[in-house]
Amino acid sequence: MTLKTVLLGACSALAFAGMASAETLTIATVNNGDMVRMQGLTAEFTKANPDIQVEWVTLEENVLRERVTTDIAAGGGQYDIVTIGNYEVPIWAKQKWLLPLDGLGDKYDMDDLLPAIRGGLSMDGKLYAAPFYGESAMIMYRKDLFEKAGLKMPEKPTWEFIADAARKTTDRKADISGMCLRGKAGWGENMAFVSALNNSFGGRWFDEQWKPQFDQPEWKAALQFYADLMKDAGPSGASSNGFNENLTLFQQGKCGMWIDATVAASFVSNPKDSKVADKVGYAMFPNKEGVDNHGKWLWSWNLAVPASSKKAESAQKFIAWATSKEYTALVASKEGWSNVPPGTRTSLYKNEEYTKAAPFAAPTLAAMDAADITKPTVKPVPYTGGQFVAIPEFQALGTTIGQLFSAVIAGQSTVDDALAAAQATATRDMTRAGYIK
Amino acid sequence: MARKTTTQSKIVWTVIAWVVALVIFFPILYAVITSFKTEPEAIDGFSLIPSGTFENYITVQTQRDYFKPFMNSVVLSIGSTILALIFAIPAAWAMAFAPTKRTKDVLMWMLSTKMMPAVAVLLPIYILFRNFGLLDTRIGLTIMLTLINLPIVVWMLYTYFREIPGEILEAARMDGASLWKEIVYVLTPMAVPGIASTLLLNIILAWNEAFWTIQLSTTNAAPLTAFIASFSSPQGLFWAKLSAASTMAIAPILILGWFSQKQLVRGLTFGAVK
Amino acid sequence: MATQNTKTLARLMMAPSVIALLVWMVIPLSMTLYYSFQNYNLLTPQNVSFGGFFNYQYFYTDPAFFTAIWNTLILVVGVLGITVIGGIAIGLLLDQPIFGQGIVRILVISPFFVMPPVAALIWKNMIMHPSYGVFADIARFFGVQPIDWFAQYPLFSVIVIVAWQWLPFATLILLTALQSLDGEQKEAAEMDGANFVNRFIYLTLPHLSRAITVVILIQTIFLLGIYAEILVTTNGGPGYASTNLTFLIYRTARLGYDVGGGAAGGIIAVVLANIVAFFLMRAVGKNLDK
Repeated sequence: MTLKTVLLGACSALAFAGMASAETLTIATVNNGDMVRMQGLTAEFTKANPDIQVEWVTLEENVLRERVTTDIAAGGGQYDIVTIGNYEVPIWAKQKWLLPLDGLGDKYDMDDLLPAIRGGLSMDGKLYAAPFYGESAMIMYRKDLFEKAGLKMPEKPTWEFIADAARKTTDRKADISGMCLRGKAGWGENMAFVSALNNSFGGRWFDEQWKPQFDQPEWKAALQFYADLMKDAGPSGASSNGFNENLTLFQQGKCGMWIDATVAASFVSNPKDSKVADKVGYAMFPNKEGVDNHGKWLWSWNLAVPASSKKAESAQKFIAWATSKEYTALVASKEGWSNVPPGTRTSLYKNEEYTKAAPFAAPTLAAMDAADITKPTVKPVPYTGGQFVAIPEFQALGTTIGQLFSAVIAGQSTVDDALAAAQATATRDMTRAGYIK
Repeated sequence: MARKTTTQSKIVWTVIAWVVALVIFFPILYAVITSFKTEPEAIDGFSLIPSGTFENYITVQTQRDYFKPFMNSVVLSIGSTILALIFAIPAAWAMAFAPTKRTKDVLMWMLSTKMMPAVAVLLPIYILFRNFGLLDTRIGLTIMLTLINLPIVVWMLYTYFREIPGEILEAARMDGASLWKEIVYVLTPMAVPGIASTLLLNIILAWNEAFWTIQLSTTNAAPLTAFIASFSSPQGLFWAKLSAASTMAIAPILILGWFSQKQLVRGLTFGAVK
Repeated sequence: MATQNTKTLARLMMAPSVIALLVWMVIPLSMTLYYSFQNYNLLTPQNVSFGGFFNYQYFYTDPAFFTAIWNTLILVVGVLGITVIGGIAIGLLLDQPIFGQGIVRILVISPFFVMPPVAALIWKNMIMHPSYGVFADIARFFGVQPIDWFAQYPLFSVIVIVAWQWLPFATLILLTALQSLDGEQKEAAEMDGANFVNRFIYLTLPHLSRAITVVILIQTIFLLGIYAEILVTTNGGPGYASTNLTFLIYRTARLGYDVGGGAAGGIIAVVLANIVAFFLMRAVGKNLDK
């Protein structure tokens, strides 16, 4: 009886799906401001392409990633376009889960894409995802507080200078912390920063035989530095601060410095949301004295077409529109140049209107150019990826270790204990996945 | 109640009860208040008086249309509840009026089907749904919600039905009532409060189910739980917008609950009390 | 009348529910069991192989495993304790003649209508947030350093949120049970000179035993599966401080895309849940028969 109900339901559902219009694109995206803006401008696209309808699925980042991965891996075929990070693109492309983007059109000007970004999204010379916006990491600091403390930010500061400056600008009475950094556990939260920090200390996640390196002096130095800095100059409750929490703190004028994604620059310099908009300066991601590595943080949100989509042609049409120069110009005409999605095209950084409206343009470009994620560390490594390791296992591993490091910042664990536990859990996971023979 | 109470003690109890009630209700109240604040206001210290802006509701509505997920929530929760009742009423009836030695075991087994962690069975279910073409359909989600809540429904109905004294049936039979009359005039009136409160409880459970409804839906069948997942932590200030979206998501069921709480309580009285 | 007929009829009436639930149990369970013996990562589908009991061993040796079981127990017992005791207290309170009883009752049961992710989000961002939460505002008003709840007392914070959601359910059931308590009995006890404490222990509590059983039974089933509230608020941390068994399965199956490991964890969870249910039934089940 039950089975019959199920079958009947299944049949009618199939019939219904067959009847539905053939050219409705279902697009999955994250609820970041730039994507929400793209959603708002959809009408401009459908006006130009009346035969294509667009349905949006906007979800919080983690929910979206889970939802989309399950669907693609199980061949559900629910989405025609998915928004994924440059962490997923090489892994998914290797599984043949993504279609190569060969139908973006002649006008697309692929050579205009920033080389660092484009390299991370290509396999065998084919582009598998088109970048919507990209970011590296840099220092955002309060020029007024630096002046008051008699400090001058060099163009390429070292961690030694930064640690000193952070302690000097900390003013507990005025509720100002010299340094705001991510502490919230997650592979895309604190581990993004800590991995980049470790890179700039000369460390690495794995050696050439995939042996975890948490028992090496570089990790110890980096984590100890991070823990001490947060204790002396960090805000209260630093272990639950992620990108968003720090952004709010900085905008409220409660941070002397904040080292995080370059996209934050347009938020902290926007007088509508930020109390310190006119007092922000920018500098390069620091390095340890004598280590030639500035973190190599590189992230982009990209649009890709799953192999299970049956509307690949229309999907590519949409992607070509949403990641084009014309889209950038459209956003600029509606919302001003400082609100266009940054970090994907060289031409944007040559555009004088943009560089005038966005004082952070030059430091952003410099940071992105310095982030070659095919060579993320000083010592040789078997992986790519700067603030992440581009292997499928990284997400779970990064989150577990992120928890351990978060506990250090919360004062519930020591640096040595956390590193020992991290080494154990990483060895365990890598052995299971067959990397360590 | 024939207890003597002085006005004085009544006032004391009233004050205590109101304080407790307001503390419990406070988080909801504060979310509603925050939804009428501007974003900077929302994080600018404690305040119970918002500036009264509707801006957040407008922003939320422009970002994501409320009506469609709302309708999906209504259809899914009512549909799955009716379906569950159709399955459960005969079963509970049989268990209550023709119990065997194994009735208790069957009941416990039914409840134990709820113990499988949903995250562990997601992939098999997802593949099944794909094969039957049920992904992102209201039918698929209705079936799903029916199955997850069925054990609770059977169990609740069983406890209600069991309270209906068998002697009444005997008496009716002695009076020469036919089975049909027995059902219509004797049993139904006694069973209705129990069924009504089960129905309400199940609508609430189905409305608030937030794992399967998000994982198995995309656009067509996505209910309000998915609507909320669009607003949980975007970049920048989001407190007021999140409050507005939350208020929109919980308001319908909260209002239903308020209006029907007498009914809900009457049913529960019937069931849980010897 | 022929009892054989009644029995057959009863079986027929039960059949749809039993079959539906049987299908619902057997299919996912057998598929999960199958996957639990496979080495299968969602992101490397070309490497699927038979793994024997390796997934079980792997899950069991997870550094967080025993912490997770312990946390699961604390969470369930903690929430049950708060909701049962709180439910009785509020039930007694609402049983008093007070002004505006209807409205008070509505306010008290309201949290039950809030969907779990919304409840967690409200508590996280508006009540317990270390900078912008109401608790922080109160702390600052008294000149104290605000507490960072989710970092310093992660499991306790989760328990508070979950208890808040389930308190109305317990209150409702216990209140209705209280109201059915015979007024005459109460009066007789009062006349006999029994004080409040004695009346409560010898009259009220036994009367409530069945309702308490109902609350414990239903809530335990839901509480064993809690993970959304943890995901939204603490993400299982810091360290493993708020990781429960369901969250550990979530981490393995969904963050690690480890289908085999997650399935093994699921089977382990089912076995443990059934053990708990077995003892629970022996401990409180007889109350249901009364």
